[in-house]
Amino acid sequence: MGLLSDPSRRKVLTGLLTRLNTPICIVCYLAGIVWFMGLAFEPFTLRTYMSENAMGSTMVEERFSSGERALSLAKEFDAHKRKAGGMPVEWLVKAMQSRGLEVFTQSFSRKLPFPDENKERYMVRGTNVYGILRAPRAPRTEALVITAPCSPGNTNNQAVALLLALAQYFRNQIYWAKDIIFLVNEHDLIGTQAWLEGYHHTNITGMEYSPLQGRAGSIQAALSLELSSDVITSLDLVLEGLNGQLPNLDLANLFYAFCQKLGVLCTIQGKLQRNDWDTAEGYTHAAQTMMLMVLKQACGRSWGDHGLFLRYHIEAASVRGINSFRHYKTDATTIGRLLEGMVRKLNNLLERLHQSYFFYLLPSLSRFVSIGYYMPAFGLLAVILLLRALDLWVHLGAPALAPSCHCFSVSLQPSSPGVLTVLTPVVISHLTGVALYLLPVHLQEMAVEHFPVSETEAVVLTAIAIYTAGLALPHNTQRYTHRLILMQFILRYMFTLLKLTALLYLAVLLGCTALINFSLGFILAVTLVPITASITPHMPKALYALVMVLLSPAFTILYCVFIYQELIEAPVSVSEGWMLFLSVISQGILDHALYGSLVYPLLALFIYPCWLMFWNILFWN
Amino acid sequence: MAAPLTLLLIVAVTIRAVLFRSSWAELISERVEVVSPLNAWKRVVEGLALLDLGVSPYSGDVFHETPFMIYLFHFVVDYAEIVFMVTDGITAVALYLSIQTYNKNVFRKQKYALESDRYPADCLELLRSPKEMFYIPLKVAMFYLLNPFTILSCVAKSTCGLNNAIIALFILCTLKGSALLSGILLALATYQSIYPLTLFAPALLFFLQRLYIPVNLRRSSFWFFTLQYAFIYVGSLVVITGLSFFLLGSWDFIPSVYGFIFSVPDLTPNIGLFWYFFAEMFEHFRLFFICVFQINVFFYTIPLSIKLKEHPVFLIFMQIAIISIFKSYPTVGDVALYMAFLPAWSHLYRFLRNIFLVSCVLLACSALFPVLWHLWIYAGSANSNFYYAITLLFNFGQVKSLNLISHFT
Repeated sequence: MGLLSDPSRRKVLTGLLTRLNTPICIVCYLAGIVWFMGLAFEPFTLRTYMSENAMGSTMVEERFSSGERALSLAKEFDAHKRKAGGMPVEWLVKAMQSRGLEVFTQSFSRKLPFPDENKERYMVRGTNVYGILRAPRAPRTEALVITAPCSPGNTNNQAVALLLALAQYFRNQIYWAKDIIFLVNEHDLIGTQAWLEGYHHTNITGMEYSPLQGRAGSIQAALSLELSSDVITSLDLVLEGLNGQLPNLDLANLFYAFCQKLGVLCTIQGKLQRNDWDTAEGYTHAAQTMMLMVLKQACGRSWGDHGLFLRYHIEAASVRGINSFRHYKTDATTIGRLLEGMVRKLNNLLERLHQSYFFYLLPSLSRFVSIGYYMPAFGLLAVILLLRALDLWVHLGAPALAPSCHCFSVSLQPSSPGVLTVLTPVVISHLTGVALYLLPVHLQEMAVEHFPVSETEAVVLTAIAIYTAGLALPHNTQRYTHRLILMQFILRYMFTLLKLTALLYLAVLLGCTALINFSLGFILAVTLVPITASITPHMPKALYALVMVLLSPAFTILYCVFIYQELIEAPVSVSEGWMLFLSVISQGILDHALYGSLVYPLLALFIYPCWLMFWNILFWN
Repeated sequence: MAAPLTLLLIVAVTIRAVLFRSSWAELISERVEVVSPLNAWKRVVEGLALLDLGVSPYSGDVFHETPFMIYLFHFVVDYAEIVFMVTDGITAVALYLSIQTYNKNVFRKQKYALESDRYPADCLELLRSPKEMFYIPLKVAMFYLLNPFTILSCVAKSTCGLNNAIIALFILCTLKGSALLSGILLALATYQSIYPLTLFAPALLFFLQRLYIPVNLRRSSFWFFTLQYAFIYVGSLVVITGLSFFLLGSWDFIPSVYGFIFSVPDLTPNIGLFWYFFAEMFEHFRLFFICVFQINVFFYTIPLSIKLKEHPVFLIFMQIAIISIFKSYPTVGDVALYMAFLPAWSHLYRFLRNIFLVSCVLLACSALFPVLWHLWIYAGSANSNFYYAITLLFNFGQVKSLNLISHFT
């Protein structure tokens, strides 16, 4: 603190910071973006390595060989599924029992707040079936979970069949030290949610479910298996979970190690790894992979059944079989061996996975960027807000020190009516945020009565309407402040104070968001920081209003939708993009109601009101 | 001035009442920043249950309140919410009245000094105008009642609010010049949580100044008054402790309350500095480091009393702040008490360097506490180091702000 305690040096420092404020801010912003883009460049990343001792040195030999039997089981399962018109509970129970598992079922039901048009469901009723393989070698205090969702149509039959084949094979081995739970869940995430809540005796989301009759020890790790087609060419690893939480990196390392060993083609974000990092294409490829991960993480939803396990401190990942690389083919035996190997390694664990990283980005499966490398990119953006706030503070303080403005400095006392004036826009913005959070779901019935729309459309359109209506508010507050304060300089002072408050608020908000979900914090910072740092009432109103709207949170979501479609190589037209945008909003609201995803409340209750405060500043005079 | 204060009290009570009824109350009462093992309401309830069963409440390792506290709640447990709201009100009114008295004194002194031309010309702008002074007591009450820290502490039903009330009443009695009541309340505060013991020195200095007795070790009047005040203090402390013994019929509470405060056996994370160190430490260093850590609270009394002997009220503020930083189980309620005094020194703000930095640090830390707690305990992706880093930063902010304010007095 020596530098800050010495008055003369301090003066020089603040003088420098205020004089060069704008150039420094611009440099910081550009440096932040460049730093972030540089993260995908291979020499700047680290090679992944297995940190966990218990999973490292002892490679085991995989002996699973009943891939063919799994395929015939899949056909049988398919037939029974068709007959039952849903999950063939009885057949599954019998099949699991005949393989020597302790089998239990759990039924659950859930009424969605409004119909989910993507998956066409509203009243959801279903049954989870799970079998427990008791560990012969150790006290049954720990467990592993392998889950396969039983989805409608014939998409995931192979996964369920493989699960059963694995159960049969595992039953005959003697080395299990942890119970293994084979779970077949219905209605994907809702089923998983019901099962997890039943297992842990919690009820966070108001789901109705029957209590679990049998349980094993505390779950150490979980793998979710999804095989979307009959022909599998490669395996994709999905890590992004609820609220952008990621499993321990060792789980990804484990998957990668076994893919290498068995010669299976493996991808992440559906993208293969390339070795030509020094060419432009190689770099673009890595950057695209990383951007996809950032976008997926930022939207805070669970991208596979594993995502809900993470909330319970269970390291989990989804392995998804895809059919997109023509010349390769991976048979069921190999996939079975891969799972066998992974489960055996997890079986060796002495404590929960904790050695490796929890905060990382993956530009490819063999390379990772740890928190220490990516946080500076965010820090460079966040520091702009602090620099601007410091600048405003210095400007606020300067007249107070001059003795000639004594009357002015009296008005600077925090108790003057000024604080109330600043409080008004803050409170109004937040009330708008609360309306945006509460009204869409609660007003749907009324909206459906009066307008020719479905419930889902009603919710989404109400949200957009409230969002837009919020933009009309500043005029009200502004007239109010005019009556209260007449003197021009106080008005000027008030806007500075409001901007200072809003800048600090945004900085704290983005900082907290980036700690929990780096991607979300970074994306919001990229769009919000430039406009919030530069906004003043003395700008051409129409132009800046347009720029502000184009950089508002809703438009950020819209851009993300387009970029995401571009990156997964399925570009969409503007109207399709708009429809996708609407469905993304409804999915966000549903994710919040069903699984407790925090992105929607964060945007509605904090980010949007904060943005409205800056909107207020633009229309201050 | 009564009207704004009444309005303030009504607003404050409304906020608390709404929060008590909301689903947040339960969440808040679990937060480690708000409740400590010493003052958690859950533990009070446990102690009451044990008392009702005829078991000594101190027989387990859960209850660490003083016997007075448990007998108080024995009678009012059904009205606990009202008690906590009223306590906050009493604290605020006491602070209001004491700062009003203090300001009157300061203003009188300033007037005499002005009349006798004792101020140099260039510090005239430092003088406080009556208009400024008029609002300060109200601001102090507002800073206490509407401080989110106080509100959280009250909604969590942390008994810290009661301790704050006793200290605020002690300050009021001291400033009003009643040595007897001041001594008794100081004894009560000491009995509640030991640390207010260090407030003895500033209170004594204040009375000496008020009675125009110079601090001179060779003067008999100095010794006479000191012994008199010390006698009131120690006498009431003995009486209170004796009463507690007769209430419970055993000395169990001494190790369970004071032993617990001094030896820090409970290492639940909180906003203080102790838990991380003692969780990491080898057992055989423990005693030594407990002495080192605890001495911080008491040691600064001596240099500060020498340096600030002309400003005893400011010394009280400093002592309360030091207690809340260095005590073994601090909560945000303790922080709120000394923060309430900040408006009283508002004439110094324009000279405070780095106040921007410090307030940003405190603000950011308050937001980061729950976030890092979530990452550590629920998400499992961060660890205790993250949380302790914020604790350190928070305490750095507090120390720095004290440093700033004390520099200019």
